[in-house]
Amino acid sequence: MDLLDASLVNWSRAQFAMTAMYHWLFVPLTLGLGVIMAIMETLYLRTGNEEWKKITKFWMTLFGVNFAIGVATGIILEFEFGTNWSNYSWFVGDIFGAPLAIEGIFAFFMEATFISIMFFGWNKVSKKFHLASTWLTVIGATLSALWILVANAWMQFPVGMEFNPDTVRNEMIDFWSILFSPMAINKFLHTVISGWVMGSLFVVGVSAWFLLKKRQVDFALKSMLVGAIFGVVSSLLVAFTGDGSAYNVTQHQPMKLAAMEGLYEGKKGAGLVAFGVLNNDKKSYNDSINPYKFKVEIPYMLSMLGYRDINAFVPGIKDVIDGGYETSSGKALSFTEKQTMGKAARQSLADYQKAITAKDTAAAAIHKAQLKTNFPYFGYSYLDKAEDIIPSVPTVFYSFHVMVMLGMYFIALFSLLLFYTYRQEIEKTKWLLKAALWSIPLGYVAGELGWAVAEVGRQPWAIQDVLPVQAAISGISSQSVQITFFLFLILFTALLVAEIRIMLNQIKKGPEADH
Amino acid sequence: MRTPEFLNKFYTFYRDGFKSMTVGKTLWLIVLIKLFIMFIVLKIFFFPNYLNTNFRDDKSKANHVREQLLQQ
Repeated sequence: MDLLDASLVNWSRAQFAMTAMYHWLFVPLTLGLGVIMAIMETLYLRTGNEEWKKITKFWMTLFGVNFAIGVATGIILEFEFGTNWSNYSWFVGDIFGAPLAIEGIFAFFMEATFISIMFFGWNKVSKKFHLASTWLTVIGATLSALWILVANAWMQFPVGMEFNPDTVRNEMIDFWSILFSPMAINKFLHTVISGWVMGSLFVVGVSAWFLLKKRQVDFALKSMLVGAIFGVVSSLLVAFTGDGSAYNVTQHQPMKLAAMEGLYEGKKGAGLVAFGVLNNDKKSYNDSINPYKFKVEIPYMLSMLGYRDINAFVPGIKDVIDGGYETSSGKALSFTEKQTMGKAARQSLADYQKAITAKDTAAAAIHKAQLKTNFPYFGYSYLDKAEDIIPSVPTVFYSFHVMVMLGMYFIALFSLLLFYTYRQEIEKTKWLLKAALWSIPLGYVAGELGWAVAEVGRQPWAIQDVLPVQAAISGISSQSVQITFFLFLILFTALLVAEIRIMLNQIKKGPEADH
Repeated sequence: MRTPEFLNKFYTFYRDGFKSMTVGKTLWLIVLIKLFIMFIVLKIFFFPNYLNTNFRDDKSKANHVREQLLQQ
């Protein structure tokens, strides 16, 4: 790959990352706050207490602000697929298109229909119908996330497809195995529930602000109670599904797991790094330099998380490259073996095309069969050296560990908030209220770091083992990508500033304001 | 011809809803400006679909991608 290509790939990746990260500032709050306001409205319907209606309307307004500013920001990612990543877009065929089309047609229209009833329907439709509309809006938003996450999970663990050398596209042969792949299910649950944590942090943080200001105390206490209970439940669930994520990564993306842990040399009974600092002097995967300056480890925990067996062998970066260790499907292949198969697959694609042109059907059938055998490692043919399959270890390692630490912190925070709210001492516990208020940004940080682990950790792959990023891009100029990078940066920053200003304004007005 | 009752109700529901909006009016303005920038400015001038713009049919798109995948 020459320098110009490298610049194009890097700018295209940077643009996609920036767009996705901005998009992810809006989505988790929609998912989380949506469920919380629906719970509050359910309480209103069940108790008939008008206070709950007032509370619901306040949080619904903030949900509306976030929804309106964030809506359609994800569509820009689809623009980028068509312009910057056209090889990828063509290559994935209907596998990526089908979930996104379902998302656009079904889930988005569901959201769009019921959100108007949710906002305009107070006192115009029955209470039950209104509540149903609120829940259906939330379910629609969650289903939107489902289809996007199914598509993303397929890129991490491509299943249910067959490559067609005539169309040069992957064709879906089993929709259900794509939808119900363990990677997809776990990714959906972990990601959506992390949005619930974000929603809970937002509710307890804003409620804490009202309590610190001694304004709208009854409203704030009720909101705090709902936020804290939902926060405890969702932060525990996010830890549980995080364990599922680690298990799936171990099974299907061992290099990502090794990078998450900074594990270069595999071992049996591997410990989980609870806290550690990487050694910058380590320059190569096979030098003898210790990868850590220091670390605190939980013995056997990595083997337990990855294989449900405290004595299991966990491969390190060197093992994934060298292969030879036992897996559930036999001996792991080395990088060199995979590269040989990848090159054979690419050669078969070329030979197949020649045979078709020459109308030699017998030869075409042989090349097609060879292509099918070697296709799982097609992407390795684009890589020059073993180091190319190692993602940025410091980025993945620190992102993972800070995310996990924040996850633990959230469990403690919600538990304490619930404890003091239940004891009716929360108003006096100023340090905890301040912690809740200042923890709102930490929810966003944790979410973005989670995506950094998922996406940086699987580099260099656009589709795991099948297509690396450098083969996925369009032949456009890197300057045009740079220009649009900065255009998006300006647009998204403007939207973010608008969101924060309108949000703060609405929060300051409080629940008494006309919404 | 009389407008069906449900259409009247539908129209009134949305008309009253939009009229009674407070912060919603600002949000709608932002949404419309954003959609204009995204779909009219960015999509048309900066984000043409590469394959649709440069190739007419699926066969030529497939040939191009094949060429790209084989030559790298």
